[in-house]
Amino acid sequence: MTQERKIRVLIAKPGLDGHDRGAKVVARALRDAGMEVIYTGIRQTPEMIAEAALQEDVDVIGLSILSGAHMELFPRVINALKERDVDPAEVLLFAGGIIPDADISPLKQLGFRAIFGPGTSTEDIISFVREWAKSRPLTAA
Amino acid sequence: MSVDNLVARLLAGNRRALSRTLTLIENDTPEGRRAIALLYARSGKAHTVGLTGSAGSGKSTLSGALAKELRARGRTLGIVAIDPTSPFSQGALLGDRIRMQDLTSDPEVFLRSMATRGALGGLAPSTAGVVTALDAFGKDVVLVETVGAGQDEVEVARMADTTVVVLTPGSGDDVQAMKAGIMEIADVLVVNKSDLPYADLLSKQLAALVQQSPSGRPIPILRTSATQDEGIGALVDAIEEHRAYLQQAGVQQAHRRRQARHQLLALARQRLIDRVVAQQGADGLLEDLVGKVARREVDPHTAADQLIGG
Repeated sequence: MTQERKIRVLIAKPGLDGHDRGAKVVARALRDAGMEVIYTGIRQTPEMIAEAALQEDVDVIGLSILSGAHMELFPRVINALKERDVDPAEVLLFAGGIIPDADISPLKQLGFRAIFGPGTSTEDIISFVREWAKSRPLTAA
Repeated sequence: MSVDNLVARLLAGNRRALSRTLTLIENDTPEGRRAIALLYARSGKAHTVGLTGSAGSGKSTLSGALAKELRARGRTLGIVAIDPTSPFSQGALLGDRIRMQDLTSDPEVFLRSMATRGALGGLAPSTAGVVTALDAFGKDVVLVETVGAGQDEVEVARMADTTVVVLTPGSGDDVQAMKAGIMEIADVLVVNKSDLPYADLLSKQLAALVQQSPSGRPIPILRTSATQDEGIGALVDAIEEHRAYLQQAGVQQAHRRRQARHQLLALARQRLIDRVVAQQGADGLLEDLVGKVARREVDPHTAADQLIGG
């Protein structure tokens, strides 16, 4: 039986804050939307996140952060991905949590295609991922 | 990039190429099948260890502890961790990495999460192919952790060299253990969470059962507490002793022949079904017969004959 190409998503929480309710809600919503969601738990270093993305060959990476350390940690995630030959441009990167408006533009320049703040509906995140998936190349090789 | 190139990079030790190859194999694409064809002759060197047991028995935590011990002994590792696909949404939440945090920064450990994608039996449909790739990549040991298994999910034993069945205290009386299925596939039995009450009782019940085992080889029963890191060294010893036993003249060969037969027949069966469904589905015969069986006009056996006979 030939399998349809599943959307594989990594949901991770970099840094030291342990507030993972939002990450879990998003992980569950994407699962219920038919995606395969790898959830790594809290307190991940940028290297751990990049390793998981490499080994799991995910299409999408969603980072959740509430500690305020995103401008420090997110660039390190991008670098760690590049070091592992995972091209951030080929992966859909998005972020959620408490991220001030002023930081959105620099994060988008860094490669994050969307920032979802408090009050975002999970439907918005699901359709955002699905829209992107339609346009991605079909072969992983 | 062509599959042949990708596989060449995999064989040169490139982890990104390994990861991409695993995706092609998991999606059962023509490229994935080509990759398996290129890799298969180079596989068969790794010790494949299956870990199975009921949901919540501590398989992931135990896998993590085993992996740490194997790394301490200098072995390189592939881990395939399987979690269930939802029969309703077809989505899956793959959470085994949470229990293996200590390993995730070790480049000699490659952990891949897989969803069952509708397969029964405790494995994902492409698990064997993924194991082949990790094996050909050069991993010394490939650990396969099944979904939380009930009594009848025995597929892992048809793929692994060594099957470890994980039990926990308080999970049923000795009649449960006498039932057929998962208890019979164990090469090594583990009483995990052995710090809990009734661990002694379970160990004794298992010991009594194993005495009655017809296979001849005594099945070791080990007590572990994965969270307390107890009993892990002895478990690795038992797993390695089983491998040594397999490597005795004739034993491993017979084991691998049984596995090859099973895998070959399973794949051939799937291809035949796909072919029949594609042909008769297009002709409308399939739906026609489905209706007749549902209305009790034709019995299922006769309908199946008609479906295959065309």
